[in-house]
Amino acid sequence: MKPIDNVCTVLENVEPGAEVDIDAGGERMAVRVAERIPFAHKFAIRNIPRGEPILKYGEVIGVATREIERGEHVHVHNLDSRRGRGDKQSRS
Amino acid sequence: MDFQGYRRPDGSVGIRNHVLVMPSVICGNRVCRGIAQQVSGAIWFEHQHGCAQLGADAQLTAQVLIAHGAHPNVYGVVVVGLGCETNRAQDIASVIKAKCPYKPVEVVIIQDEGGSVKAISAGVSAARRMMAEASLVRREAVDVSELILGTECGSSDACSGISANPALGSASDMLIDAGGSVILAETTELIGAEHLMAARAVSQKVANRCYEVINRCEAGATAMGVDMRGSQPTPGNIEGGLSSIEEKSLGCIFKAGSKPLQDVIEYAAPVLKKGLIWMDTPGQDIEQITGMVSGGCQVVVFTTGHGTPTASPIAPTIKVAATSALFERMNDNMDVNAGTVISGDESVSDVGERIFREMMEVASGKLTKAEILGFNDFAIKRIGPTI
Repeated sequence: MKPIDNVCTVLENVEPGAEVDIDAGGERMAVRVAERIPFAHKFAIRNIPRGEPILKYGEVIGVATREIERGEHVHVHNLDSRRGRGDKQSRS
Repeated sequence: MDFQGYRRPDGSVGIRNHVLVMPSVICGNRVCRGIAQQVSGAIWFEHQHGCAQLGADAQLTAQVLIAHGAHPNVYGVVVVGLGCETNRAQDIASVIKAKCPYKPVEVVIIQDEGGSVKAISAGVSAARRMMAEASLVRREAVDVSELILGTECGSSDACSGISANPALGSASDMLIDAGGSVILAETTELIGAEHLMAARAVSQKVANRCYEVINRCEAGATAMGVDMRGSQPTPGNIEGGLSSIEEKSLGCIFKAGSKPLQDVIEYAAPVLKKGLIWMDTPGQDIEQITGMVSGGCQVVVFTTGHGTPTASPIAPTIKVAATSALFERMNDNMDVNAGTVISGDESVSDVGERIFREMMEVASGKLTKAEILGFNDFAIKRIGPTI
C-alpha cells in the first residue's frame, strides 16, 4: 500500500465489526469494517467524499459515486470508472 | 546462463521442435485435425479466418499464420487449404519457405487432392516424414539472452496484482538483466496505467506511442456507446473484487517489472529489440497470446487469479496461480503457485526466482501442464469486417 491510498484490499474474508490492522505505506492504523468484505475486495480506510478519487497503489482507480465512510466496502456500487465510458459520451 | 534449445540454421532459437499442421482457411480445420490425430506428436490448431477478408485485415491473418509457420519453435509445417480461399495455402507456404529456406514446408489442397479423406492421407504422409526428421535434431546450450518471454494475465482477481503479477515482474526483470526480451501486451488492460509506462519509456517518441495506442484502444471502446465495464473488467474480475479498468490495469503492469520500456510495437509485429517491449494487443487472452507468439516469443508466462487452462499451440504457456486456493483447486492446469506471497510464506522476489527457474526448465524441454493436456488455442485479432 502507498501512504495516500484510501482503500485497502483484504487477503481473507473479513466479517462485520472486525477490526483490521493496516500498514498504509508506513502509517499504521486500525479500521473497524462496517460490513462483510469478501476475500480480495476493498474497504475504505478513510472517509471519502462523493466525487473524490479512490486511490490504490498510490494511483486513481475511480471516483466515489457517493460519500463512502471509513470501514465501508468499496466496489462497483460506490466506485465509478472514469475510463472507456462510451455510455457517458453518447448521452452528451 | 544457458538453457538447452534448438539453434536453427538462420541463428534463431526454438525451445520446441514441433511439426505443425495449420489451415490457411477455416475450411481446412477438419482436415488439419484429421492429419494431426494420426501422427503422434504432431500439433495443429484451428481458426475461423482466411476467406472473405479484405485489405489490412486479410494481411494480418496471413501475417499471423506465416509467423506461426516460421516460428523457431516449429521444425516443419504442413499448410492445408481448400483451394478457392482468399488466403491461399500455397502463398502462405511460399512465404514461410522464403523466410526459412531450411524448414520443411508442405502444402495440401483439399480440392486438388480429391476431398478430405485423400487430403488427410497426403497430410499424414508429409507430417510423418517431418516427425522422423525432427526427431534427429538435438538440443544444445543456448544463452538465456536468446529468450523472448510473452507475459499475460487472464481471469484476474484482486490478488493477481499483489502476488502473481509482481512476481512475474521480478522474473521479467531477471530475464532483461540477463539480456533477454519481455513482451508486455493487452493494451486494454493498461488503460489508466499508461502514464506509468510512458514515464519508463526510453525516448519521448516511445512515450508518445504509449498514449497513442491507449487512446486508439479507448476510442474503440467508447465508440460502442457503452460502459466498458460490460467487458472490462470482466464479470469474473468484478466478482473477484476488481472495481474498474484502472484498478485492473494498475495490477496488470506489475508483471512488466521495473525496466525501461524500449519500444511500443503493433499486433503480431516481430520483436527486434532486447529489453521490455509493449505489443499493442486486445485484452482477449487467446488473441493476445497469438499476437505475442507471432512476434517471436518462444515461451509465455500467464498469471491468473480465477484460473484458466488456455495455451498457445506452439509456445509453452506456464500458468502462475495468484492464490494457493486456486493452485489447489485447478492444480491440473496450474504450474507455479504465487499464493505464498498472499499467505506471507514467500516474498515477491522468492516467487519471481521460482518463475524464472520454471521458465528455464520449460525452455530446456520440461512440459507445461497445458502441453501435456493438449491445449492448442489460437485466435487472430480482427481489424475489419467479414465481407
